[in-house]
Amino acid sequence: MNNEKEKIEIPENFEKIIHKISEFFSTAIIEKKFDRGELTLTIKPEFLIPVAEFLKQEPELKFDFLSDICAVHFPKEKKFEIVYNLYSITFHHRLRLKVKINEGESVTSLTRVWSGANWLEREVYDMSGVVFDGHPDLKRILLSEDWKGHPLRKDYPLSGEEE
Amino acid sequence: MGKRYLEHTKEIIMNMGPQHPSTHGVLRIKLWLDGETVVKSEPIIGYLHRGIEKLAEFRTYTQFMPITDRLDYVSAASNNLAWVQAVEKLMGIEVPRRAEFIRVIITELMRIANHLVWLGTQANDIGAVTVLLYCFREREEILDIFEMFCGARLTLNAFRIGGLAHDIPPGFKERVKDFIERFPKYIDDYERLLSENRIWLQRTKNVGIISAEDAIDLGLSGPSLRGSGVKWDIRKSNPYSVYDELEFDIPTGEIGDVYDRYKVRIEEMRQSVRIIKQALEMMPEGEIRAKVPRIIKPPPGEVYHSIEAPKGELGFYIVSDGSTMPYRVKIRAPSFVNLQSLSKMIEGHLVADIVAIIGSIDIVLGEVDR
Amino acid sequence: MSIFIDFVLIPIIKILVIVTFVFVSVLILIWIERRFQGFVQSRLGPNRVGPQGILQSVADAIKLLTKEDVIPNQVDRFIFNISPIIAFVTALVVFALIPFGAELNIFGRKITLYLADLNIGLLFIIGFNSIGVFGIILGGWAAKSKYPLLGSLRSASQMISYEVALIMSLVSVLFFSRSLSLVEIVKAQQEMKVWFAFIQPLAFFIFFIAGVAESNRLPFDLPEAESELVGGFHTEYSGMKFAFYFVAEFAHVIFFSALVTVLFFGGWLRPFPNVDWLNFLDYIPPVFWFLGKLAFFVFIFMWIRATWPRYRYDQLEMISWKWLIPLALVNIFITGLIVILVK
Repeated sequence: MNNEKEKIEIPENFEKIIHKISEFFSTAIIEKKFDRGELTLTIKPEFLIPVAEFLKQEPELKFDFLSDICAVHFPKEKKFEIVYNLYSITFHHRLRLKVKINEGESVTSLTRVWSGANWLEREVYDMSGVVFDGHPDLKRILLSEDWKGHPLRKDYPLSGEEE
Repeated sequence: MGKRYLEHTKEIIMNMGPQHPSTHGVLRIKLWLDGETVVKSEPIIGYLHRGIEKLAEFRTYTQFMPITDRLDYVSAASNNLAWVQAVEKLMGIEVPRRAEFIRVIITELMRIANHLVWLGTQANDIGAVTVLLYCFREREEILDIFEMFCGARLTLNAFRIGGLAHDIPPGFKERVKDFIERFPKYIDDYERLLSENRIWLQRTKNVGIISAEDAIDLGLSGPSLRGSGVKWDIRKSNPYSVYDELEFDIPTGEIGDVYDRYKVRIEEMRQSVRIIKQALEMMPEGEIRAKVPRIIKPPPGEVYHSIEAPKGELGFYIVSDGSTMPYRVKIRAPSFVNLQSLSKMIEGHLVADIVAIIGSIDIVLGEVDR
Repeated sequence: MSIFIDFVLIPIIKILVIVTFVFVSVLILIWIERRFQGFVQSRLGPNRVGPQGILQSVADAIKLLTKEDVIPNQVDRFIFNISPIIAFVTALVVFALIPFGAELNIFGRKITLYLADLNIGLLFIIGFNSIGVFGIILGGWAAKSKYPLLGSLRSASQMISYEVALIMSLVSVLFFSRSLSLVEIVKAQQEMKVWFAFIQPLAFFIFFIAGVAESNRLPFDLPEAESELVGGFHTEYSGMKFAFYFVAEFAHVIFFSALVTVLFFGGWLRPFPNVDWLNFLDYIPPVFWFLGKLAFFVFIFMWIRATWPRYRYDQLEMISWKWLIPLALVNIFITGLIVILVK
C-alpha cells in the first residue's frame, strides 16, 4: 500500500530514530529490525523505563502516544515478548519496542510514563499472566476475579474440565 | 448531637450497570456518590468478553473476517477494513484502485452510520428522544445501501483479503449519490434541534472536560481526542488506502468538553459526505481483486496496522509464524482505551452528567470487552 | 327529598362523572401522546388494537391491573403500599374544584358543573398537590433501593422549589380576582372582560413552567429520568401500583392544563369576551370551550416532551431560585403598585 514516494522517505526517518536512541542507549538495544515499513527495537528489560522516558521526551522523537501493549507467548523457549506500539502525534511516526522476558519474570510498569498504560497492562496481565512491577492497581480486567489461568498463553487448555 | 450526625453522613456506593439504560451495553461503573456528586468512580468491564483474540489463533486469516464484525458492531466495515489491510500489509498485497475506492465509500458510509447511532443515543441520554428516531431513519437508508452492496446490514463482512468479493451492483452509485446529496440537510435538522437549544448547551458545555495533554497521556484517540483540540487523524497523518488523494478537513474542538466532541462528530459526518462524493467521482473502472493465493499463508513476521475507525485508532497487531493461522492477534480497540479516561472526566460531576459523558466518548462494549 | 337529591344524589353522580372523565381522558391521553410522539418522530405508534390503536391503552390497563403484584423483600411494606395510593388519590381529589362550566338547567333544576366551590379553592388545591408529592417521595424512600432513593430526593427538592414559584405567580392573579374560589376567578375574568393571561403574562409564564415541573414532565422529568435513574422513584413498582403512579402523572397533566385554563384563560368563557360582535359564539356550550382550551395545553405538554432534552438537576433548581421566584416577586410588587395607583 505504501506508494513509491513513501518507501524512500520512511526509512530515512527511521534511521534518525535508530541513530538517536543508540546515541544514548547503545548497550540497551539487543536487536534492530526494519520490516514491512515498520521499525522494531528489542531492548533489555532493565532499560525499559529510561528508554521509554527518553523516547517520550526527546524533542526530535516525541513518542507521546502509547498505542498498544501486547504479550506474545513462546512456550517452547519459555519466553514472553512484551510488545509496545508507540506513536508520535507530532511527527506521525511509529516504533515498536520489544522486551523479551522468561516465563515467571516481571516487567517494569510503564504507567509512570504513559498513564494510558494502566488498562493495557492490566489486560496483558489478565490474558497472559505477565506481572508488571510498580503498577498501581494490577488486577484482572476482562475476566472475573476468580478466574483460573491466563487464556492467551499458548499452553492454556482449550477443552476439558476445570480442575 | 446534630453535629455528630452530620459527621456520619456517608458516601453512597452505587453500581451503575451492567443493566442500565444508558451505559450503552453491559458497562458497569462503581460510583462513590456524595449526594449526587461523583467522588470516585471505577469502570468495571468484561461482561461481554468472548475471547476473540484467542479465537483468532484457531481460525485462518479469512475465517477471522466475520468475527471482526462482532468487535464494534455498529461500524463493522471499519473493523473489516483494518483487518484486511493488516493482512495485506503482512503479505505485501497491492489492492486494485477500484477496490480501494469502493472500500473508502463503504467505510465512510459506515462512519456516518456510526455517528448517527452515537448522536441518537447521546441525545436520548440527555432526554431528547426525538433525535434518536430521526437518526435511525437516516441510518436505515445507509443500512439499505449496505444490503444492496453485500446482502448484510449489520455484520457486513464487506471486504476480502486482496480486494472485494464482488463489484458494486448496478444502481449502487446513483443510490449513494442520492443519499449523500440529501444527507447534509438532515444534519442541519439535527443541529437545529440541538446545537442552539439552550438546554442542550447547558447540559453539554463545560461538562466532562479533558485537556489535550491528559487525553494524549491516557491514549484517547479519534473524535474524542480531536474534541480536545488535537489535530490528529490517521487518514491524514498516515494515509492508508486512497485517503491521500481525497480532500477533507479534520474538525477539532477547543476545550474538550462534551459539546466539543459533539461538534466534532457532527462535522465529521459532513466531511465523510465530502469524501464519498469525491470517491464516487474518482472511482476508476477495472479489477476489484488482486491476485491472492488460494490459501492465505503469510510469511513469518509481524505487523501493526491501524486505521481511523469512527471511534478512534483501531489497530491490529498480527504475529505470523508462516502457517495458515495467525500466531497471535492483538486488537487495539479504541473504545477500550478511550474508556480509561472516563474516571477522569466524570470526577466531581453529577449523575446526570455521567450519562452525557459516557455517551460522548462513544463506546461499544463489544469492542471494549472483545 | 329535595335535600337528598341536592346533597347526596347529585354529588354522587357528579363524582362518578368526574372520575370517569379523568380515567377516560387519561386513557385517551396516553393513546394520543403515543400517537403524537410517533407522528413527530416519523414512526407509527400503537395502531393495532382497535381502530387506529385507540384501545391500546385499555389493553395496557388490563395488563397492568391483572399483573402479579411484586413486592421486593427489602421494602418498608406499609409505606410502599400506601404511597401509590396517596399519589393517585390526591391527583383525583383536586378535580373536585375544577369548574368545567357555569350552570346548567336539567329538568328544571340548576346544576353547577363543578363538584364544590370552596372559598379557599386555590389553597386547597395547592395543599393537596403538595400532599401528592409525598406519594413520590415516600414511594422512592420505602423501596430502599438506590435509584428510587435518588429519584425521590430529586423530586423532594424539585417540588419544594417549584411550589414556591407556583404560589408566588398565583398571588398576582389574586390581586384581580380578589377571591381564592376558582369559580369566582373565572367570573372575575368575565366581569373584567379579559383573560388574566393577557394582563398577567409573566405570571402565566411562571405558572406554566412550574406546572410542567410539578407534573414531572420533560424537560423537568428528573425524578424518573429514565436514562439516568432507570425508572426513578417507581423503579421497584410493578403492576397495579405502577399503574397508579402512571395514571396520577397523566391526571396531573390534565389537572394543570385545567388550572391554567381556569386561572389564565377564562375557564369556560368564550374567546375574546370583550368583543361584542363575536356574541354568536355564546351559543356553543361553555363546556366545549373549557375542554378545547384544556386540550390545547395538554397538547403543549406533549409538544415540549417530543422536542426538548432534559435539564440537569442543579440547573433545574437554578431556574427556579434564580429566575422564576425573583421574577414572580417583582411581578407581585409591580402588580400591587399598579392596583394601588389605579385605585
